[in-house]
Formats: sequence, C-alpha cells, structure tokens
Amino acid sequence: MNEDFFLRALLGGLGVALIAGPFGSFVVWRRLAYFGETLAHSALLGVALGFLFHLNPTVGIIVVCQLLAVLLFYSRRQRHLSGDTLLGIFAHGALSLGLVVLAFMENVRVDLMAYLFGDILAIGPADLAWIFGAGGLALLGLLWLWKPLLAITIHEDLARVEGIAVDRINWLFLALIALTVAVMMKVVGLLLVTSLLIIPAATARRFAAGPEVMAVLASLIGCLAVGFGLYGSFQWDTPTGPSIVVAACLLFMLGLLVPRRWLPGSAG
Amino acid sequence: MIDQNQPLLSLAAVNYASGGRLLLENIDLQLQAGEVLTVIGPNGAGKTTLLRVALGLLQPQQGTVYRRAGVTIGYMPQRLQLDPTFPLTVKRFLATACHNDRKRAHRLLGEVGAEQVYDSPMQTLSGGELQRVLLARALVREPDLLVLDEPVQGVDVHGQVELYQLIANIRDQRGCAVLMVSHDLHLVMAATDRVLCLNRHICCSGTPEAVTGHPAYAELFGPLAVNHLAVYVHDRNHQHDHCAHCDRNLKI
Repeated sequence: MNEDFFLRALLGGLGVALIAGPFGSFVVWRRLAYFGETLAHSALLGVALGFLFHLNPTVGIIVVCQLLAVLLFYSRRQRHLSGDTLLGIFAHGALSLGLVVLAFMENVRVDLMAYLFGDILAIGPADLAWIFGAGGLALLGLLWLWKPLLAITIHEDLARVEGIAVDRINWLFLALIALTVAVMMKVVGLLLVTSLLIIPAATARRFAAGPEVMAVLASLIGCLAVGFGLYGSFQWDTPTGPSIVVAACLLFMLGLLVPRRWLPGSAG
Repeated sequence: MIDQNQPLLSLAAVNYASGGRLLLENIDLQLQAGEVLTVIGPNGAGKTTLLRVALGLLQPQQGTVYRRAGVTIGYMPQRLQLDPTFPLTVKRFLATACHNDRKRAHRLLGEVGAEQVYDSPMQTLSGGELQRVLLARALVREPDLLVLDEPVQGVDVHGQVELYQLIANIRDQRGCAVLMVSHDLHLVMAATDRVLCLNRHICCSGTPEAVTGHPAYAELFGPLAVNHLAVYVHDRNHQHDHCAHCDRNLKI
C-alpha cells in the first residue's frame, strides 16, 4: 500500500517532468515565463468555478486557462498597457477572484495548500491517466508544431513572409501551454508550475548545442529533480512539491559548476 | 501566363495610419524585375513601415498593394533578437529554411562571404557577420525579390561599403530585384538603380544623381549632406569627411 502511492507519485512526477521539458524550453526561448505564471495563477479560479458549477476542478482549470489564453492573445494587440502589466493584472486578479469565490461557498471545504503547492502523494490512478493522456496529447501537439514554432521563435515576421500561419500556430501553442499547466497543477501546485517549466530548461541550456537537445535534456533534468525531490521529501518529511523545486534548483547550480571546456563547443 | 513587363511589386495611393497618426501618405511606387530601389529618409520617416506594407505584413487603410502572382520574396529583417537561452547555430538557422540541405546552406554562406561562421552560435556573431547570415537566409528560397531592412545596420563604414557591393553583386548574378532601406544615400549610391526619398510621403525619387540634385533632398538632409556627397564621389579616400557626414545624419 505504502509503495503503491510512492510509485504513483513517482510516475506522475516523471510524466509531468517529461512534458515540462520541451514546453519549458519554448517558454524560456520566447520569454513567456510570466505568461505561464499567469495561466497557473488563474487555475485557482478554475477550481473555484468547478465547485460552483459542480464540475470536476480539472475541467474548470482547463476552461479558465484556455479562456485566459484567448484573452491574452487578443489583449496583446492593444498598446495602452505593456504585456507585463497586463499579465500582472490577469494573474493576481484571477487568483484573488478564485479565493473570493471559494470563500463564498460555505459548504465547500478546499485544501488550498494542495492547489497552491501540489499534492503529488495523493495522485490516484485516474490522475495518472490524466497526466499521461492529456500530457501525451500536449506533447504530440507540440511535436506537430515544432518546426513552424522554431521559425516563429527565430523571427515572427520572417516566418510570416516565408508563408507560416503565425497567428494560428501561436494560438495553438498557447492552448497547448494552457493544457500543460492544467496537467502540472496536480504535482507542483499553481505557485510552482512555472518553476518546473523554467528551471530544468535553464539548466539544460549550457549543455545543449541545438533546440531539440535542449528540450530532451530539460525533460531528463526534470525527471532527476522529481526523483531527488521525492526521495528527499520521504527521507526528511518535507513537502513534496517544494522539495522537487529545491532539487531542480540544486541541479541548476550544479550545472553552473561544470567547467566550460566540458561543454559542447557551440553552447554559449 | 505571367507578363514579364508587369512590375514585380507596385503600390498605388497607399495610406497607412497607426494609433491615429498617418505614417505613410499617398505612396506610389513600382519595382521592375531585376531593379534595385533604395528607400532613404530620416528616422521616423516610415521606411520600415513601407517595407512591411509592401511585404503584406501590414494592411494599408487606403490604396492598393500588388505583388506579381507567384513572386518569391526573400526578407531580411532589421534586427534579430534571439534569447540567449536559444541554442541556435548559423548552420541550423539556415538549414531550417532550406529543408535541412546543409550543402546548400554552406554554399549560400560562401556567396555572402561568411563561411567561417558556419558552426557558430547565432548570438556570438559580430554585426557584419550577422547581416551576412541574414542575407544568406533571405537568399534561401531563390527569391525574385529581396526586401532588405537596413542591411548595413551595426556595421562600420568600411563594412557598409563592402555589404552594398555584395548586394549589388548578388543582384548582378541572380537578376533578382532589391527593395532596401538605407539611412543615407552616399554609401548606397553605387549599388542602387533608383532612390526614393521618404518622409512619410515621397519627397523625390529617381536615379541617385538626380535625387542628390533635388531641392527636396537638400531640404530633408541639409545642404551639408549634399556637399559631403560631392566630396565622397570625387575622392573616395576622404574617410574623415564621410564619417563626419554619418555623425550628422545620426543627429537628424
């Protein structure tokens, strides 16, 4: 019994780390860290709305994340407020609104900590199916968009002139990120989702000469962080989500200690 | 049947406004196959906007933009802002655009004189190297029309002369048309057939010689530019003079 839930936690964590690698790479290349953060924060509103309409909280998260992605896609076209400011408004507005809505529902008791920091040890078979099903779908989608997304990451207008449907690809990419965030919530919680996207990718950067290598390395480094984090959490009875993030940070710092001459020649 | 006498690109009575400001006013221009047209003008004159309208990246509120059917365009953007975390070598940058044909990527780099950076990360290139690599990328699709937005940006004066020479050679060898933006006229003179002097509207246009003699040109760039241009044309070794001219141009 004990081993069962550890195994499920490990599998769920590894699944999330695998998905986070390639998505996280695009998040750092395209400077979308704050965007991911906003989606994650808004997830709590999704949870609250899920309870309000008697839906599965995960369904609520997906709906709110997708709506927010659409909203952000359009609001970026105006010029009155900078992207940062807009994201800040949406992120904290949605998080606070979620908390307020939850407070109104007196008959609903929510383990807030589980949503904020994740509850990987409570992962059940259904959660595993969700992580690998939806996460796998997101990864397949990313694979399908890979080439045009790289072209857009290099230069949007250049991609447009070369005949790539930039708006449609960007749109699909945001939708996939929203799905990924919803998948990752369970493991690290909404406050730490971005960390699992960004830290392994940033760690992989020094060791990668090309985008694909970096994406795969980021997945592997994320898996290591999940393994060490889970182990540490059991060993010292620390909260699991934060332990995984601490492990990822330690790996990042270790990566910085690797001398430059050991790195592939073309990595910066 | 494509009529070869038809222009590759033509703009007729184009107005483009953004945020309530008219950035382009009543622009007419035509570009024939194999022709080099340079757009010059001070900062904020709408040069880049004009290129973006011509490329179809911006839709003008009034007027028509016509690109000949089936025309292939090679575009060189003004700047490339790659995040330092994006691991991209020159090889890969070019290969993504030509179906991973590495031989071809290498040959194109040779054509622009930048073979030595084939394996370098994009972020480590010097200003001149980056411009050459961007030019190679613009050539990947064997374009009929090259659209170059400030192709000599971030390059010292000596390198600018070389780059303009390179662009002229590319046109001669490939026979493609070129539409480019430049800050000033005197360095680009030898490489261009026609010049269009832009300050939201078209001030004057014609051969480089005709434009330098035009009162609108002197008004836009000041009499100093005209004088220095004369010095430059008569004595190409006057390095100090045309540096002074550049400084002046930057202040406009």
